[in-house]
Amino acid sequence: MKPPAFDYIVASDCDTAVAALARAGADAKILAGGQSLMPMLNFRLLRPSILVDINRIPGLGFIEEMPDSVRIGALTRHFQLETSPLIGKHFPVLSYAVAHVGHLAIRNRGTIGGSLSHADPAAELPMMALLLGATLSIASAAGSRTVAARDFFLDTMTVDLDGTELLTEIVLQKLPPQTGWGFEEIVRRQGDFALAAVAATLTLSGNEIVQARIALTGVGPTPLRAAEAESLLVGHAFDESRRRRAIEAVREAISPETDLHASADLRRHLAGVLTGRALAAAWRRGRGG
Amino acid sequence: MKKTCEIAVTVNGTVYEAAVEPRLLLADFLRHTLGLTGTHVGCEHGVCGACTVLVDGDSARSCLMLAVQADGRNVETVESLGSIAQMNALQKSFHAHHALQCGFCTPGMLMTATDLLRKYPLATDDDIRKGLSGNLCRCTGYEHIVKAIRAVVKAGENP
Repeated sequence: MKPPAFDYIVASDCDTAVAALARAGADAKILAGGQSLMPMLNFRLLRPSILVDINRIPGLGFIEEMPDSVRIGALTRHFQLETSPLIGKHFPVLSYAVAHVGHLAIRNRGTIGGSLSHADPAAELPMMALLLGATLSIASAAGSRTVAARDFFLDTMTVDLDGTELLTEIVLQKLPPQTGWGFEEIVRRQGDFALAAVAATLTLSGNEIVQARIALTGVGPTPLRAAEAESLLVGHAFDESRRRRAIEAVREAISPETDLHASADLRRHLAGVLTGRALAAAWRRGRGG
Repeated sequence: MKKTCEIAVTVNGTVYEAAVEPRLLLADFLRHTLGLTGTHVGCEHGVCGACTVLVDGDSARSCLMLAVQADGRNVETVESLGSIAQMNALQKSFHAHHALQCGFCTPGMLMTATDLLRKYPLATDDDIRKGLSGNLCRCTGYEHIVKAIRAVVKAGENP
């Protein structure tokens, strides 16, 4: 229950960090909030040759408003997101969701960049990045690039980062006016990873849904968007029949697995129930309720 | 491989300098290197909350931080809250409400509660329970812990 020996460097800026990663190759690990990495080290599930500590890089944790978007630095702690008035104003669904991540001590340390890079298949933030159509900025010694959240999550704890790359920033486009939101999660114990969770936004024009987004986590190797369910809502008001059809479409779109925590059937059932609740909340809020 | 790193950590107001292996956990640094055994170590993977301390004022699992990460930081452990002769309001409330049996989880409960009281209004017992959900008590003493924290909230004696 003690970490294996490793070398350790404190990166003073992103260039130093990615240079160290380039030197060490696949053997290095980035230490951000450490709330997933440290347990894996303590269990010796990982034996990195070197830890590149990015916690002291100035200016990597920030939340900044742009005209049409909000930029979030990768080192932004969950508690900063939870309590940011800017996030509360533009992405109340994110403020609400992030309060469900772990416990206060976890949220004080854990970072958005770490959570997205780690990509636990039942974590909240990867689902939120997918829901909100995040664009991720990635740095490496070879240069920088951006990737859309929908292309970032590849498999269980596997993302589009090659081991020498560092996620530096998350950009969220502001939501259109008259957008309501819902977030629903079922956990065995407060603060646990989700057995299943659903986040949704509905953008309305009068009584008509003009854009629907539904994202799920805990029901597959990666978070996913329920495209079928989204499209069958567009152009309609939200009523009992649409609710039922959306639930059915979500249940058909997913292939959850059975594990110690829940059976595939339970997860599929929950995904539907939570979709119905999240959509109802989004509809109510979209209509000003 | 670099064997040790020089660090200087302020713990409960005192600066401690030490040469530590990078892999040394903050919890073990506090207990073994400094002899501050008030911080308890339960699960060593961030689940039980017994090792919770404050780092620059924010609660953190000291089993999920390296001692080297605390270099230049201000760490507060349960020893900073008070002494048997002079307990702080939260400790007195734990005492008055029988909020501990074996006491193993108590340091983590106290440090978590300290941070919760500073950051959240804790308007309902549900809020207190949610806030404590990352700290396990195997004596099942949660009811009295919630009452102890409720009393501190009511008295407006937030630390």
